[in-house]
Amino acid sequence: MSSTALAGRVVAAESLARARRRSSWLLLFPAVILLGAWAFVPLVMTLRYSFERYNLLYPERRGFAGLLNYNLLLTDPAFWTAIFNTLVLTLGVLAITIILGTLFALLLNQNFPGRGIARLMVIAPFFVLPPVAALIFKNLLFDPLNGLVGWLFKLVGLHPIAWFTTAPMIALVMIVAWEWTPFATLILLTALQSLDTDQLEAARMDGAKPLSRIIYIVLPHLARPATITIMMESIFLLSIFAEILTTTAGGPGTATTTLTYLIYIRALLDFNIGGASAAGVLAIVLANIVALFLMRAVARNIET
Amino acid sequence: MAALELRQVGKWYGGFEAVKSVDLAIADREFMVFVGPSGCGKTTLLRMIAGLEDITSGDFLIDGARANAVPPDKRGLAMVFQSYALYPHMTVAQNMGFALKMAGRPRAEIEAKVREAARILRLEAELGRKPRMLSGGQRQRVAIGRAIVRNPKGFLFDEPLSNLDAALRVQMRTELVKLHRSLDATMIYVTHDQIEAMTMADRIVVLNQGEVAQVGTPLDLYHRPANLFVAGFIGSPKMNFFPARVAGVANGSLSLALDGGATVALAAQGAPPAAGAALTLGVRPEHFVLAAEGPLAGSVDVVEHLGAETILYVKESRGAIIVVRTDDLAHVRPGEAVHLVPRLDRVSLFDAEGRAIADSSAT
Repeated sequence: MSSTALAGRVVAAESLARARRRSSWLLLFPAVILLGAWAFVPLVMTLRYSFERYNLLYPERRGFAGLLNYNLLLTDPAFWTAIFNTLVLTLGVLAITIILGTLFALLLNQNFPGRGIARLMVIAPFFVLPPVAALIFKNLLFDPLNGLVGWLFKLVGLHPIAWFTTAPMIALVMIVAWEWTPFATLILLTALQSLDTDQLEAARMDGAKPLSRIIYIVLPHLARPATITIMMESIFLLSIFAEILTTTAGGPGTATTTLTYLIYIRALLDFNIGGASAAGVLAIVLANIVALFLMRAVARNIET
Repeated sequence: MAALELRQVGKWYGGFEAVKSVDLAIADREFMVFVGPSGCGKTTLLRMIAGLEDITSGDFLIDGARANAVPPDKRGLAMVFQSYALYPHMTVAQNMGFALKMAGRPRAEIEAKVREAARILRLEAELGRKPRMLSGGQRQRVAIGRAIVRNPKGFLFDEPLSNLDAALRVQMRTELVKLHRSLDATMIYVTHDQIEAMTMADRIVVLNQGEVAQVGTPLDLYHRPANLFVAGFIGSPKMNFFPARVAGVANGSLSLALDGGATVALAAQGAPPAAGAALTLGVRPEHFVLAAEGPLAGSVDVVEHLGAETILYVKESRGAIIVVRTDDLAHVRPGEAVHLVPRLDRVSLFDAEGRAIADSSAT
C-alpha cells in the first residue's frame, strides 16, 4: 500500500469525524434555539428595558435612561423593605418547613395503624393551589370574626386578632409554610426510609438511647436531603406571589411586599416597565447570591 | 468473659416458626460458629442473643443469669454486622469511640481505648478518615474495632466476611482466629460458608429449618455427621449418598444391597438394623479407591485437575453422578470406564429417617 493511499485514508477518517461533529451540532440546534429563545430573549429584553425610560402611561417619553431606573430603585425605601421581606419570608418558611418536615417524617416513618392515611393527609396540602390555600387561611382560619383561629383564641380567653393587619408577615409565613411542609416531609421521609437499619441497630448495641440515635445517626443522615430540600424550596419561595395577592396585596403599607410583588406593582399597577425591569434584574442578582450560598452548602455536604 | 446458654429458645414471626426450641450451651471463651443454608434461622438466633430480636419462648442466660429482657447494650455483647453498619458521617475514631461516648466515659479514656484498638487492628493511620475512604478490609476492621473498644464479654459476628473478596476473606479468617486468641473472649460467628466454619470454629452448630441439626467440633461433624443433612452440608465436594437395603446380617457383618445392584459388606457394630430395612450409605469423595474391579462402576464424565488433587465426576450406569476426590489420577480421561471401591471403614450409614446409625463409621 502506498503512503499516499494511507494518507488519503487518514484524511477520509478525519473528515468523517468532522462531519459527524457537524451533524451532532445540527441535531442539537433546535433544542439550543428553543432554550435560548425561552431563557435568553426575556433576560436580554429585561436588561434592555431596565436601562430605558419606559412607562405605558407615557409611551411618548420612551428612550435611553442610563442608570436612572436603578438609581430610583436603590434610593426607594420600598425596595429595601421588599428585599428584607423576601428574606424574612424565604428564611422563615425554610426554617419552619425543615423543622416540621423532619418531625413529620420521623413520625410517619414509625409503624402505627392508619399510617397510610396519615401520610396522605400530611402530603395533601401540597396539592392545594396557592390562591385557594391563601383564601382558606384568609376566610376560614385567620378571619377575626368567623375564623377558626379566632374562635380558638376566644376559647382560651384571648382576643382574636386580625392577622393580616396586625401580623401580616407572620400570617403569610404560616400560609406558605403550610403549603411547603408536605414537600419537605416527603423528601425527608423517603430519605429516612433509605437509612440502613443496621446502623440504627449498631447504635442500639452501642448503647445509644432513642433520642441519641436521632441526634447522632438519623439527623446526620438527613443533612444532605435537607440541603437539597432547602435549595429546591428557595427557588420557589423567592418567587411567591399568589398568596400575597390574594391575602394582603403587599400591605398593609409595604409590610408584605416582596421583591416579586414589588415588580408586579411597578409593572402592572404603575405601568412602569423600566422600573420593574430594573427590580427584576436585581431580583436575579439576589437569587444568584442565595443560590451561590446554597450550592456551596450542598457541595460541602456532599463532600463530607 | 461469658458463658451463654439457650434453653428451648424459639422465635415466631406471626405464624412462621423461624427458630424451633434450640438448646445450646456456649462455653466461656469458645469460638462457636452457626452455620446453615440461608433461611435456616442462624441470623435470627444471633440477633436474639444480641437482644435485637425478642425471644418468643424459652430462656437465654448469660453467666447463669436470665437475660431475655436485658436491653442489647446491657448484655455486654458486641456485634459486627454483615454490612459493617459503620456511621458514615463519623471518622474511624468517632465510630470506634461511639459506644464509650454514649456511656458517658471521659474523653481521655475514649481516646486511649480507641488508640489501643486501632493498634491491635493496624488502623492507626486511618483514625481521622471517614468510612467511605476505606477499603473493604479496613471497614471490616473498623467494625471489629467498634466492638473491641467496648471490652465486651462476647463478640457476635453476622457473616462479617461475606462482602470481602476471596483473598481478603482468607486473610481476615486467620486474623479473626488470632484475635480470638489474643482477646480471650467468647465469640459467636454466623456464616453460610462451611469453609469458614471448619477453619475457625472450636465448635460448630449446624442449623436446618430453625432446628439444631448437630453441634460438635469441625472434625466431629465431618467424620461423624449425626444425620443426612449435616453429612451433605459439611464437606466440599459433597458426600455421595447411595440408597440401599439391608440384604443380610451375619456374624458381625452387615451386607447392603445398593439400588444399583452392587452389594457391599460392612462390619456391623452396635444394634444392627433389621434385614430388608431401607438405608442410605454415605461415602465422602476422598473415600473411594479406583480399582480394576469394584462394586460401583461407571464412566468418567468430567475430570477437574486442581493440582494437589483431582476431582472426578463418574456417571453411574443409571445416570447418578458419583464425585471422587483423588490425588494421583491425572491419567484418567473423560469417557473412560472406572470401578470404585468405597473404603468401608470410613463410610456412614443413615436410617430411613436420615439419622446416622451409631458406629457405622470409623474415626
